[in-house]
Amino acid sequence: MRKTRWTNVRESAIRAFFFTCGILTVLVLLGIFATLVATAVPAFRDITPSEFLLKTNWDPTSPEKAEYGILSMVVSTLMVTGGALLLAVPIGIGVASYLSDVAHWRVREILKPVVEILAGIPSVVVGFLGIVLFGPLIAKVFHTGHGLNAANGSVLLAIMALPTIISISEDALSAVPAAYGEASLALGASRWQTLVRVKLPAGLSGIIAATMLGMGRAIGETMTVLMATGNARSFPHGFLESVRTMTSGIAIELGEVPYYTTHYYALFAIGLVLFVMTFAVNMAADVVLRKYQEKER
Amino acid sequence: MNPENLQVKIKAENLDFYYGANRALKNVTIECFDKKVTAIIGPSGCGKSTFIRTLNRMNDVIPGTRLEGKILIDGADIHAPDVDVVDLRRRVGMVFQKPNPFPKSIFDNIAYGLRINGMKNKRKIEEVVERSLRGAALWEEVKDRLNDNAFSLSGGQQQRLCIARALAVEPEVILFDEPCSAIDPIATAKVEDLIEHLKTRYTVVIVTHNMQQAARVSDYTAFMMLGELVEFDRTEKIFTNPANKLTEDYITGRFG
Ligand SMILES: Nc1ncnc2c1ncn2[C@@H]1O[C@H](COP(=O)(O)OP(=O)(O)OP(=O)(O)O)[C@@H](O)[C@H]1O
Ligand SMILES: [Mg+2]
Repeated sequence: MRKTRWTNVRESAIRAFFFTCGILTVLVLLGIFATLVATAVPAFRDITPSEFLLKTNWDPTSPEKAEYGILSMVVSTLMVTGGALLLAVPIGIGVASYLSDVAHWRVREILKPVVEILAGIPSVVVGFLGIVLFGPLIAKVFHTGHGLNAANGSVLLAIMALPTIISISEDALSAVPAAYGEASLALGASRWQTLVRVKLPAGLSGIIAATMLGMGRAIGETMTVLMATGNARSFPHGFLESVRTMTSGIAIELGEVPYYTTHYYALFAIGLVLFVMTFAVNMAADVVLRKYQEKER
Repeated sequence: MNPENLQVKIKAENLDFYYGANRALKNVTIECFDKKVTAIIGPSGCGKSTFIRTLNRMNDVIPGTRLEGKILIDGADIHAPDVDVVDLRRRVGMVFQKPNPFPKSIFDNIAYGLRINGMKNKRKIEEVVERSLRGAALWEEVKDRLNDNAFSLSGGQQQRLCIARALAVEPEVILFDEPCSAIDPIATAKVEDLIEHLKTRYTVVIVTHNMQQAARVSDYTAFMMLGELVEFDRTEKIFTNPANKLTEDYITGRFG
């Protein structure tokens, strides 16, 4: 009798503990969001939201008229991130397919840790690569004066997103039951057809998750783009122009801005927009995943 | 071993198969006759699956394996350099032990084999899907839910779906590797009926652990042990008057 009661108490204590852990993550998220909102909102005493979101000029320190349009930065962020995904997703899926489907197990044994090491390279080092390697390369190939532009940022972010995309896609592909592949081959499908028509669709949920995580990595990355994209404030018209992303915009100015000014609050408002963007990406991923899983059932 | 003067569809000659150093088939020589059901029986691990998988070269995909000897289908060596393994597998279909439909709709499961072969005509695909499902005695049960996911079917239905999927590409031979071991008795009876029916059009090779099943569905039976073919004969003969003592012991349940 006594023992049961003790077990019950312990049960509920354990349950309470895990419940608290779960709640804590939600609280942290809410806390970040609340702080961000609270610090961002005062910016809109002086700026209208439409001006903030739709104007392209950002010049808070102008002696005549301070301007707070973030559209250039938003577009820059989307360009650099989009470009990175355009490079990283096909390559990542290709490498993942190679690792799970083609590579000899010994090659796989060597390559997988290499991919993981790639993930651990500090962003400063990647940014450095952009300055000394990809920048000059891009300048040479496309005959631009320097290579510090959106294209450079995309390449670097692709490199940084690749390990995530590769390893999660590879897990997803390896988790596809071998029986699917056998069934396909036995029907007279080639290995390529089997990969493209059976294995990739079966692993799609994981591949989408991998892409979204890779995107999350890219969209919020600061140091690399700060170093490699040139940080021009003008509205970008192509990948060979210098751009300033939202993250580098915040990073550059937050150190020097006087506290509690409109400029200061506006930087937090940029952060808020970035937060909402990543949140939207994750929600979208979630919806896609859920739809897909429903279909699978 | 061909009393009725039947046409030989598959012939294995002095077949040896190695998984690394492990020799799983030892000098197996056997003939499977056209439009007959050949059952392969024998204790677990004796090489039944290995043998049947050599017939459509499914073992090719397992690294570190080696095959010696010859397999002829319609007199042609399936390992000849000019043989396209993809084409071979189209001619020699396979149904696996566990039902393994794709995570796709019932319709798409069957259409898959057609689409990979480049068939695009929708009407034609629908036609073949229906014909295959009828051929696998599944049409009546699924005709109103072709777009449902294949996983929504029962295990027995899934297995018949896999049979239908194999039929859709119009093979000449169908290999069954213990097709009933993962489904219930009623579903088993249905699959057995089906196999009975299939031999009017196809050459069937079936691996089974179930002696009654071998006796019921097959015309010829091969008994294997430890990678060797012990005895091969008409099914009645094997089950009523086996020539080899080992065969007799096995079918009377004295071991295995
Ligand atoms: N993929 C593999 N790699 C290495 N050895 C294998 C592999 N598959 C089978 N073997 C070995 O080959 C031998 C024959 O196996 P096989 O699967 O052909 O037997 P089986 O008669 O089908 O048995 P069961 O009735 O249990 O299915 C066994 O010794 C087994 O361990
Ligand atoms: Mg087996």
